[in-house]
Amino acid sequence: MTSEEIITAIKDIIATIAPDEELVGLDTAVPLRDQIELDSMDFLDIVMELRKRYGVQVPEAEYGELNTLDGCARYLAPKLEGKELKLVNA
Amino acid sequence: MESKPTYHRGSRDGKAPFKGDPLDGIKPYYDLIVIGSGLAGMTAANVLGRAGFSVLLTEQHYNFGGMATWFKRKGGHIFDISLHGFPFGMKKTCRKYWSQAIADRIVPLESITFKNPQFELETSFTKEDFTHHLVQTFGQKRSKVEDFYQALRAMNFFDDSGETTGELFERFFPGRNDVHRLLMEPISYANGSSLADPAISYGIVFSNFMNKGVYTYSGGTDHFIGQCKRELKKSGVELRNRVQVARILVQGGRAHGIEAIDSQGQRHTIEAGCVLSNANLKTTIERLVGPQHFRPDYLEGFSKVRLNNSSTQVYMGLRAGEELPFTTDLQFTSTRERFDSPSLCDKHGESRTFSYYYPKTRPGSDRYTIVSSMNANWADWTGLSDAEYEADKQRLIEDTLCCLERSHPGIRSKLDHIEAATPRTFEFYTQHAQGSSFGTKFEGLAYSMNLSEEIEGLYHAGSVGIIMSGWLGAANYGVITANKVDAFLHSLVNSPA
Repeated sequence: MTSEEIITAIKDIIATIAPDEELVGLDTAVPLRDQIELDSMDFLDIVMELRKRYGVQVPEAEYGELNTLDGCARYLAPKLEGKELKLVNA
Repeated sequence: MESKPTYHRGSRDGKAPFKGDPLDGIKPYYDLIVIGSGLAGMTAANVLGRAGFSVLLTEQHYNFGGMATWFKRKGGHIFDISLHGFPFGMKKTCRKYWSQAIADRIVPLESITFKNPQFELETSFTKEDFTHHLVQTFGQKRSKVEDFYQALRAMNFFDDSGETTGELFERFFPGRNDVHRLLMEPISYANGSSLADPAISYGIVFSNFMNKGVYTYSGGTDHFIGQCKRELKKSGVELRNRVQVARILVQGGRAHGIEAIDSQGQRHTIEAGCVLSNANLKTTIERLVGPQHFRPDYLEGFSKVRLNNSSTQVYMGLRAGEELPFTTDLQFTSTRERFDSPSLCDKHGESRTFSYYYPKTRPGSDRYTIVSSMNANWADWTGLSDAEYEADKQRLIEDTLCCLERSHPGIRSKLDHIEAATPRTFEFYTQHAQGSSFGTKFEGLAYSMNLSEEIEGLYHAGSVGIIMSGWLGAANYGVITANKVDAFLHSLVNSPA
């Protein structure tokens, strides 16, 4: 997956978890929690969805890497290499 | 040869014989076995069933729900044990891990009242209203109140200062016992915490409540649990009630199943990829697993974990056709001049809550019930003769009625059912060590969370450590643990055996 695809993948997961949040125009460099209402349980859900959809394991100590969309793209790039984007809310 | 009937707990008098075999048709293996259907166990089972794992959920009682429960009595009464008063966050938790339909039934309580010698007031428990009271009724500076909220929000689970809740209150509102009472009393009834517990546990729970008010489920506990069961079935979870788990099977430091007892008292082994215990933490470690499977230093530390207190409740049902004008949904009442934590657990104390269940609790119904709750100590109710126990229960009922009559003169003549539950009742129906209503004190959390590091494939979720208590705390803790189980089960699939 490219960086852009990873960001699309994360946004699609967030759309499932927080359907009321506006995800268009999110700043990829700013922490997600500063832009939309995501609590620590929502982050757990993101981790579980990543595991379910892509078989990706994110150790607890590394949850912080997912704070921003850019961080997600950077951290997940090697883990999602060669995997196909799966959209639920397309 | 005539076989001796086996009885199960949880029937009206605890003496109803089993009908049928609760383990009939059970599979020999599940990815996950969940022991106990409290909100943590049920929510974890639902999340992992939805994720595609084969899940068996066992419950020793005939009702699912754990302490999220109810019971029926002659005369058309339905009594809810713990329905009134969870934070707004429950709506989101239900939407995400249960269903939109369940979330839509979560509605705010209209009125919460306090009545004690220091103050009488009504609040919606929203931030605006609560702040208004602290400023107007108690004369606190708004900036001070804001600073207090800010301090609570800033508390970090991983950076515990060691301050107690009492010290925190004294720091912001020195010498104001009335303010301490306002801040502490509701939380003490919600999760058994006291002024001596860590400020961090107070901060997390209070910030949850002190947000958008206090909520309940429209339809009653029976409807809520019924909806949860429907969802669990949709998620493919195998639900079995009346199953007594004798032990969790551990071999070579790895949990691999359970031993359960069927209706004839025969033991059955069911294998599993992993086991999640929603039993009380003490019960899990000491009885279901057994101390021989743990490292000595874990056990030594664990022996210092304190159980939280138990409760007493008095259930009062209005006769069909009788009405009660709306006064309040939830009242915190006391005749004690000043507030202190230990006295909330006094056996014949002067402090109690009243949960009023009007017809709106079950839309379409025209019935009223009132449930009074007190925090209580196990030690006060054990070691009594049957006659002493009955006499003490009668006194509890009489004290409660006298208290209720001060707000509702003549209420006795409207009631046609009244009964009391004590720590012994809670112990009997839930099998919680010492009838604990709120799991363990704060220090228990680490032992619960680290269980899988001691025994591979063994997890715990349930009321523990104060912050993981109550409907919302338990449900969310179920999800937190489900995430760990999910990671573990994925690792099993992805690594060759």
